[in-house]
Amino acid sequence: MKKFLALLLALVMVFGLVACGSKAETPAEPEQTTEAPAETTQTPAEPAPEEPATEPEPAEEPGTDIKIGVILVHDENSGYDMAHIEGVTQACQELGIPMENVTFKYNIPEDETCYDTAADLADAGCGIIFSDSYGHQTHMGQAAAEFPDTIFVACTGDLAAGSGLSNLKNIFPYTYESRYVSGVVAGMKLKELMDDGSVTDPYVGYVGAYPYAEVVSGYTAFLLGIQSIVPEAHMDVQYTNSWYDPVAEGEAANALMGRGCVIIGQHADSTGAPSAVQAAFESGKVVYSVGYNIDMLAVAPDAALTSAQNVWAVLYKATLEKFLAGEEIPTDFACGAADDAVKISDLGSSCAEGTQEAVDAAWAGLKDGSLHVFDTSKFTCQPAADGSYVVDEDGRVTSAFGLDSNGDWVNDTGEAIVDGYFEESVLRSAPYFALRIDGITELN
Amino acid sequence: MSSPNVHHEPLIRIAKRDGLAVWKNWLIRLVFVLIALLLSGLFIYAVTKLNPLKVYAAMFEGALGTKRRVWITIRDTMMLLCIGVGLAPAFKMKFWNVGAEGQILVGGVATAGLMIYLGKSAAMSTPVMLLVMALASIVAGAVWGVIPAVFKARWGTNETLFTLMMNYVAIQITSYCVALWENPFGSNTVGQINPQTKAGWFPRVFGLDFGLNVIIVMALTIGMFLYLKYSKHGYEIAVLGESERTARYAGIKPSRVFIRTMAISGAICGLAGFIAVAGASHTISTSTAGGRGFTAIIVAWLAKFNTFVMLLISFLLVFLQKGAIEIASQFKLNDFASNVITGIILFCIIASEFFINYRVIFHKRKEAGSK
Repeated sequence: MKKFLALLLALVMVFGLVACGSKAETPAEPEQTTEAPAETTQTPAEPAPEEPATEPEPAEEPGTDIKIGVILVHDENSGYDMAHIEGVTQACQELGIPMENVTFKYNIPEDETCYDTAADLADAGCGIIFSDSYGHQTHMGQAAAEFPDTIFVACTGDLAAGSGLSNLKNIFPYTYESRYVSGVVAGMKLKELMDDGSVTDPYVGYVGAYPYAEVVSGYTAFLLGIQSIVPEAHMDVQYTNSWYDPVAEGEAANALMGRGCVIIGQHADSTGAPSAVQAAFESGKVVYSVGYNIDMLAVAPDAALTSAQNVWAVLYKATLEKFLAGEEIPTDFACGAADDAVKISDLGSSCAEGTQEAVDAAWAGLKDGSLHVFDTSKFTCQPAADGSYVVDEDGRVTSAFGLDSNGDWVNDTGEAIVDGYFEESVLRSAPYFALRIDGITELN
Repeated sequence: MSSPNVHHEPLIRIAKRDGLAVWKNWLIRLVFVLIALLLSGLFIYAVTKLNPLKVYAAMFEGALGTKRRVWITIRDTMMLLCIGVGLAPAFKMKFWNVGAEGQILVGGVATAGLMIYLGKSAAMSTPVMLLVMALASIVAGAVWGVIPAVFKARWGTNETLFTLMMNYVAIQITSYCVALWENPFGSNTVGQINPQTKAGWFPRVFGLDFGLNVIIVMALTIGMFLYLKYSKHGYEIAVLGESERTARYAGIKPSRVFIRTMAISGAICGLAGFIAVAGASHTISTSTAGGRGFTAIIVAWLAKFNTFVMLLISFLLVFLQKGAIEIASQFKLNDFASNVITGIILFCIIASEFFINYRVIFHKRKEAGSK
């Protein structure tokens, strides 16, 4: 009997807790606010009942009657996807598109689920649908073929131009510009270290994901940025063969530091490398980190100098603006510093004196066109074995492939070298600079 | 200390019950599903302050809201069911085949490879191509299943570890093939195979989007039900599953049954890889199996290897998963919330099995007094 009473008491207490817990918080939250948006998203076919729930927006305002779908490979917990969520949100705010008209689909893998989701969004009446991951693009293409009246934008994709689909688009920021500027930051630090004698060899390491153009373009720009300050700087690249692998990225950083690198750059999405650099820094090593995507000061408060970042809002806004105006959206759209589509994160406390000035000068040069990242007078290459580019006797590149989309070493489109520099992300939005310049060694 | 006449009976006693009417079984299950919905509702309300009915409505809409969603739910149900059907014979003989992931992947790799190479020449018509791909995937899956079975039969290796490790080998093979077949060059993804010609893609059957998926899997489901229930092989599997010694005593050769059954199990999982690649994704990646090889173990066990019950459970799991995507989108409840709901529902289903097999007797005062 005693046991039974005890059990009863426990039950009563549990129920009491649940009841109190839910009651205490209910009055604070008026029922309608949580349910009204739910209702509107639930009945996407009828835009009429949305009006009272949203702010009093004039009905003729463009954008209130369009629906936008966004397919994300992860959710808000991933820095990369968060940048896209923020980008879409900001672009919509600036254009006066109520967020009720935007449907986010989270955790969509790069397989048939992407096609299912894209088709489902098109069914629901979305006029324009974005996907944020590279591997989404062929599945977006399948949906694009099925829904010719809907625009499908595969961010970071590179197949739209060759797909033969007029409603499949690609967008990509000029990430190489922010990498160049982050290289300037690293170069300033390197120069300071060499001037005070703590470093004699300007040796740079880079943790890359894959040996692909996107990565090659990025680390070359990074080294050229460093060389703009310390011309004799040289770099080793260690690949991890994964976009996101904190352990492998940390190990690669350690391997590079073991070889004597004093600056560790990265093109991989985790905080593995900056964390490893911070640990080495704390153990007394002279070594600094330059990150990507997100501000790395949280994981490497002393070692992080800055991070190269994309401002997706600019690209989303430009695309949506054209869409709202009913204009033709370019198949490939890329922009950079001139449109504020790329930036670097706040400078860390370890940055050398005068860094901000050097950074501002670099941005100014990039914006007014006086500075080109891949200026052929600034780097040399060994003669090409495969004929994809031509060098003169000094090793200066005089001619190079634009696109070689299928790996058959046949130039698919125009010449990439224009006016003495390699014109990146113009023939298509995704990077295609894949020259291996002197001074960079790929370790694996 | 206590004298025999002051026998202290516990508050709650659990007794095995047998021979409960079938309708009562299902009533208990239904009650527990309702309890699960109630508990999940409480959870949803307590944590998010959303109306649970609205959340359930959204889940229903996500899984079955439009014709397309209905077909996608059916397609994914068939996929999970196919793997479950493949695992059923292995688990019924207590051969812990946790290697379905690998068996699916090798089947998928074989399919994707043939799709790419046969699609290039375009010399074969789609039905012939599908047949070749299906056979290749069956052989690949069977080989992947037989290897651990042979080792267990010959040297008594632990099949759980062995099949698990075979998964990693399959994942590495898949990675290698993805790098080999990457398209476009330098992307490290295969992308959709033959998007223009659609060579090797499942055709629409009877005007249905995924008609062929349904036909193949339902045929397997019925076939496996009959095989396990009425064939001599099925009997051998059942006996071996209960006791290896009994099986030996009855003249059943365990090693032979292990190898034969694992060949079947692996072959069906390999075929599931074929369906996944040719009938759904039209691409290959290391996530083609996507954990379904493990989820299907739950399907097989919960259904106690009855393939028709597996259909129900597969549907339930896929329904929950599709609903999860929808509530994430509508209410910003990310997948952790839907995982909790799925957990509550699965937990209640398992609990219902307990109450079907056992009854709980509360201690009665009168009974104790009369003693």
